Amino acid sequence: MQTVLSIGIDALAYGMILFVISIGLSVTMGLMRVVNLAHGAFAMIGGYLASYAARDLGLHYGLAVLLAVVGTIAIAIPVERFLYRRIYGASELTQVLMTIGITFCVIGIANFVFGPTLKTVPLPPSLSGSVDLGFRSIAIHRLFAIGAGLVVAFALWFLIERTSFGIRIRAAVDNAAMAAALGVRTEIVYAISFAVAIGLAALGGVLGAELLPVEPYYALRYMVTFLVVVSIGGAGSISGALVACLLLGAIDTTGRYLAPEYGEFFFYLAVIVIVTLFPRGLMGRLK
Amino acid sequence: MRTQDGSSRGLVQALADRGIFGILIIILVGIAGYYLLPNNLALLTRITATALLVLSIDLVTGYCGVATLGHAALFGAGAYGAGIASAHFGINEPISMTLIGAAAGALAGLISGFVILRAHGLAQLVLSIAVVHLAHEAANKASGWTGGSDGLSGIAPGAIFGVFEFDLWGRTAYVYGIVLLVLVFALLKILVRSPFGMLARGVREDSLRIAAMGASAHSVQMRMYVISGIVAGIGGALSAISTQVVGLDSLSFTLSAQSLVMLVLGGVGSLYGAIIGTVVFMFFEDTVSAANPFHWLTIVGALLILVVLFAPKGLYGSAIALSSRLTRRKSA
Amino acid sequence: MSALLDVIHLKKSFGGLAVTNDVSLSLAPGDRVALIGPNGAGKTTFVNLVTGNLKPDQGRVLIGGEDVSAMKPAERVKRGLIRSFQVTRLFQDMTPEEHVAMAVLQRDGRSGRMFGHYAGKRQVMEEVGSILDLLGLSALAHLKVREIAYGQQRLLEIAVAMALRPKVLLLDEPAAGVPHSETTRIEKALDMLPAELAVLMIDHDMDLVFRFAKRVVVLAAGTVIFDGSPQAVTADQRVREAYLGSYGHAGSAA
Repeated sequence: MQTVLSIGIDALAYGMILFVISIGLSVTMGLMRVVNLAHGAFAMIGGYLASYAARDLGLHYGLAVLLAVVGTIAIAIPVERFLYRRIYGASELTQVLMTIGITFCVIGIANFVFGPTLKTVPLPPSLSGSVDLGFRSIAIHRLFAIGAGLVVAFALWFLIERTSFGIRIRAAVDNAAMAAALGVRTEIVYAISFAVAIGLAALGGVLGAELLPVEPYYALRYMVTFLVVVSIGGAGSISGALVACLLLGAIDTTGRYLAPEYGEFFFYLAVIVIVTLFPRGLMGRLK
Repeated sequence: MRTQDGSSRGLVQALADRGIFGILIIILVGIAGYYLLPNNLALLTRITATALLVLSIDLVTGYCGVATLGHAALFGAGAYGAGIASAHFGINEPISMTLIGAAAGALAGLISGFVILRAHGLAQLVLSIAVVHLAHEAANKASGWTGGSDGLSGIAPGAIFGVFEFDLWGRTAYVYGIVLLVLVFALLKILVRSPFGMLARGVREDSLRIAAMGASAHSVQMRMYVISGIVAGIGGALSAISTQVVGLDSLSFTLSAQSLVMLVLGGVGSLYGAIIGTVVFMFFEDTVSAANPFHWLTIVGALLILVVLFAPKGLYGSAIALSSRLTRRKSA
Repeated sequence: MSALLDVIHLKKSFGGLAVTNDVSLSLAPGDRVALIGPNGAGKTTFVNLVTGNLKPDQGRVLIGGEDVSAMKPAERVKRGLIRSFQVTRLFQDMTPEEHVAMAVLQRDGRSGRMFGHYAGKRQVMEEVGSILDLLGLSALAHLKVREIAYGQQRLLEIAVAMALRPKVLLLDEPAAGVPHSETTRIEKALDMLPAELAVLMIDHDMDLVFRFAKRVVVLAAGTVIFDGSPQAVTADQRVREAYLGSYGHAGSAA
């Protein structure tokens, strides 16, 4: 019972962090149809910036998170303008190569600037303890991660389903040419969505630093995981991504608890089985 | 043959089409390497083994249009196949080890193809990455057979034909590698010119059209994956024989991604491009990463971005385009 | 059963809308049939159902009496059901000679050969040469498809179809996108198709239809509303309604 609860909480927290990071990837892939392998690299940049702000500058945790998100977006904007715009509508191989190139660059630069060691983002006292449920205690950070995931999911749902910007996004996802013909300025929609997506990636990178430790190869290590979320959830689907993240979080965490000597074997096996069974994603939206 | 403007040019073209020049150049460069870089033969053999892997990726990506980031699984299968045959079963005859590597690669190609070719687009890419990670984790777990993260040691290849011992300087291994590369290159040159090679190019361009001609795109890609596995497996076996150790990095995502980069650098869809890309990339890597391995990754990344933006046909493809533009201008 | 192609009670709906509603059609050797109908009548869907690119909700397709309803497109091709495409789908980086050679080799079951160059087989090359010659494409045999004119690409589509030696040929708008001055070349090419072949041509171009077809089938809203001679079709009341009702201009229909 104890183990089941531990696995449950950890799986939920891990799934939610995955969600916060990869939902942006899902939306941009649904919108711009770019296979973006560099998404994890931006989450990693967020983690590094927050670590620098909180540890080296001694800023408050909340301020560090804000700085990380804003800073990562500031780095991403010129990258979108000068590199990504060149590959919208290009072949898949071209997109893969360009975004792998960006990933390699980010890894190399991160290694040069911050060194190869793990970086932590020190938690404030209010988040670092644990709550006692009587029969068992739970780390507050896990609950915080779960809460943050729920808030992000709700906020995105509200943005996309309830605002006029959301209507434009949905129109552009369904048919970009048609949306443009109706007067939606797709380039601006793309740029804003990209910024939001990168901001969320950075947020997830910071909040998840306890679960996905920040180090230079972060961007490669979790590249597949984020892509798998989109592939299983279906590009552009929030509910699909949420389901995919919870499923993958459960599989990965259970594997780590019950058969740690197998590493990620069962995780990748599950990925192959799920993607083979649902090549269009669980929600069938992926084209 | 194909160009009718002057018989000498026609002959040159015909020889180029048949890969005669390629074979001659590989042999000449091979001999030059032997005498010019006698202390670097280990590096040159590593380049040869990697060139086989990159050729193998070219078969599925360049000739069949399948984007894969998991091709090291086929290379690693060949390396472990040959290595395990020697370390655990005492099969130390190098040519048998190579054949076992080729068979292991073919089997890995069959399994990878079976998994990867079921999907398209993003799902296909994700499956290809998952396959190489799965193979990596499996090899890590089966440490009794593979040596796990310590690597597989105890590989002791005997003399080729009982005569040519594998020496400390890697001379025999180097010559053996060049011979293998020439043989594979010649056979692949025949393959890509054959009716099957033509069908594969058709699949790359429009698989629906191929179906309307009565052929199955899936079956073409499947057969190509197995052939590609044989080629990668030979490369893996060469790596196992020459270094006498097999590490988990031969099954890694990084190797998969880097060899795709080499292919793109040289030029996708051309056997020459695959080899040129490998040689340029690995020499560059050897020089730069000796200075600082982390700058190396930054440079690879930047290089990749530059190739995508300014030379999407790769070094070989761009050179061909440039030379044909120049000759056209001259004749005009 | 002497028919080469039998389509029996074919039905297909998309989201409740019946796009093909109980269509039956039969082609005998030597038939030259035109399938026409206003935009949105379901002509393209019908072609895709017959070739196997779409799965029907109900109904069967028979080639030479053999039920092929469960077969994939490639297997139907092997039984002699060949189609051409409305929008040219050729391999941009390959030459006309390579296209036709590929089709000939594929038809003979030799396209999977991994040794030897296609140009090394003399009897293959002779056939390729004669087909290209017949369609007036010999001079372009070694150019890449991206370098030749659109009208010539349409002719190459027909050449590829002929090389596959069809029993039943579905021509999806063979003259689509070709300037009017060049349609005569396409018509000539169509005249050279083997006599015993059954041809179903889908087209808007009424001039071409009247010159080519011995029989006209009219599809409207997924249903066959007319099946008869070209002379009778313009006089038919239901056909007039289908066209005039949906357009309002008599001129654009005929």
